[in-house]
Amino acid sequence: MDFSWLSDPFYQEYLLEGLINTLWLLLVSAVFGFTLAVAMALVRIKGPRPLAWLAQGITVVMRGTPLLVQLFFFYYGVGRLLEGVPGIKESMFWGILRDPFFYATLTFTLSVGAYTGEVLRGALLSVPPGEREAGRAFGLSGFQVFTRLWLPRAIQLCLPTLTGELILLLKSVPLVSTIAMMDLLQAANIIRDETFLTYEPLIMIAGLYLLLTVILTAGLRQVELNFPGMQPQRRTGGFFRKAANSVQH
Amino acid sequence: MIPLSQEGLADWAGPILSGAVTTLQIAFAAYAIGLALGLVGAAARLSPWAPVRALATAYSTAVRAVPELLLIILLYYAGSQALTGLINALGLPGQVEISGFVTAVGVLAFVQGAYMTEVFRGAILAIPKGQLEAADAYGFSPLARFRYITLPAMMPNALPGMSNLWLILIKDTALISVIGFSELFFTIQQAAASTRAYFLFYAAAGVLYLLMTLTSSALFARLERYVRRGQPIVSTQEA
Repeated sequence: MDFSWLSDPFYQEYLLEGLINTLWLLLVSAVFGFTLAVAMALVRIKGPRPLAWLAQGITVVMRGTPLLVQLFFFYYGVGRLLEGVPGIKESMFWGILRDPFFYATLTFTLSVGAYTGEVLRGALLSVPPGEREAGRAFGLSGFQVFTRLWLPRAIQLCLPTLTGELILLLKSVPLVSTIAMMDLLQAANIIRDETFLTYEPLIMIAGLYLLLTVILTAGLRQVELNFPGMQPQRRTGGFFRKAANSVQH
Repeated sequence: MIPLSQEGLADWAGPILSGAVTTLQIAFAAYAIGLALGLVGAAARLSPWAPVRALATAYSTAVRAVPELLLIILLYYAGSQALTGLINALGLPGQVEISGFVTAVGVLAFVQGAYMTEVFRGAILAIPKGQLEAADAYGFSPLARFRYITLPAMMPNALPGMSNLWLILIKDTALISVIGFSELFFTIQQAAASTRAYFLFYAAAGVLYLLMTLTSSALFARLERYVRRGQPIVSTQEA
């Protein structure tokens, strides 16, 4: 095992760039994806028929096909088609449309929207209707009932599943190395090519992912415990004991 | 410039279908081994011996915390070298060459086993303790207890997780294309690059995977009705 390359500033820079891109992609896709998920869940429950069908179609396709295939479809398939659109290379959007980060974000957003939308839909449906009616009786508008009552209650019901989806998203990020995006895995691949070391960079990245997963799990566990309205007895217990337990779930 | 060949979907249908068959073979083999690993893993996690428990916990926790793609690449390179080292350590000379198919199955089964361990562990823990104690009281051997009590009682609890893992496995087989083994998605990539019809072929790949997952979902729904036979219907709303 040779880890001497770790002290090389060039390789450190690769790894740092990979780490930043990994976390940035995670954050952006999580935020956009969750927003899309809320919209898709709501549309499927209350929306007009055609929109509900569209949301359901997106959900079935995104959940039924491999994420890798989706990435290739958007980056190579849609990307090449866009390339053929006349005038697009001169337009201001071309910089974005050429960037693998754009396609990675698009794919992950749709994917998170589909998986999480399905979870949220179930949670929204299991909030007792009486609570919403009580909100209306207290004079809240329909929109207020949704943002202040229905959605927060639904999130409360499915919070552990939501945090689980975030961990799954983190573990999907290495796929973007296949569309030439500089994430941690791509950084490791470059280092492997240059140092002729087969495993060491991969093991290093695997260890880093293990660490990221543990940190994220522990952090999300704290979010779960401190989410308003969670049962008070679940707040007891030491931080580290809880964190260790939640990794095993 | 000479125009590139005008091949289309029809010219590639044969290779793509045989790629799809390979993908299904990989998935079936990996699932079968994954089920066995999961049962062993769950038994180990519930074992009274602490070292066995720790080993199983380490396996399922570590594998589930590292991205599948990373594991597949890592195990692909590590697998043959580890076997070569093992054989050389036993005093036998030579190099082990593992076929792409065996590597693909082995790697996916290893990952599947870790997730399956958790599914089975949860399902076994959900069996009311009295049922297992009753089996002991009636003098069942451990094997008979597993066959006649544990297995049928845990199946309804385990099946949703098993169905989920099968769908994940079908989708994970596409990752095998990254290490260059010619399954469905690798063939699709070749077809797309050769014809330059990227949109068409990647859309076709999506349709094929969708067909596999939708068919599987329908079959698992029937299987779930079967293993739940004799159970009271809890909710008629979902049916």
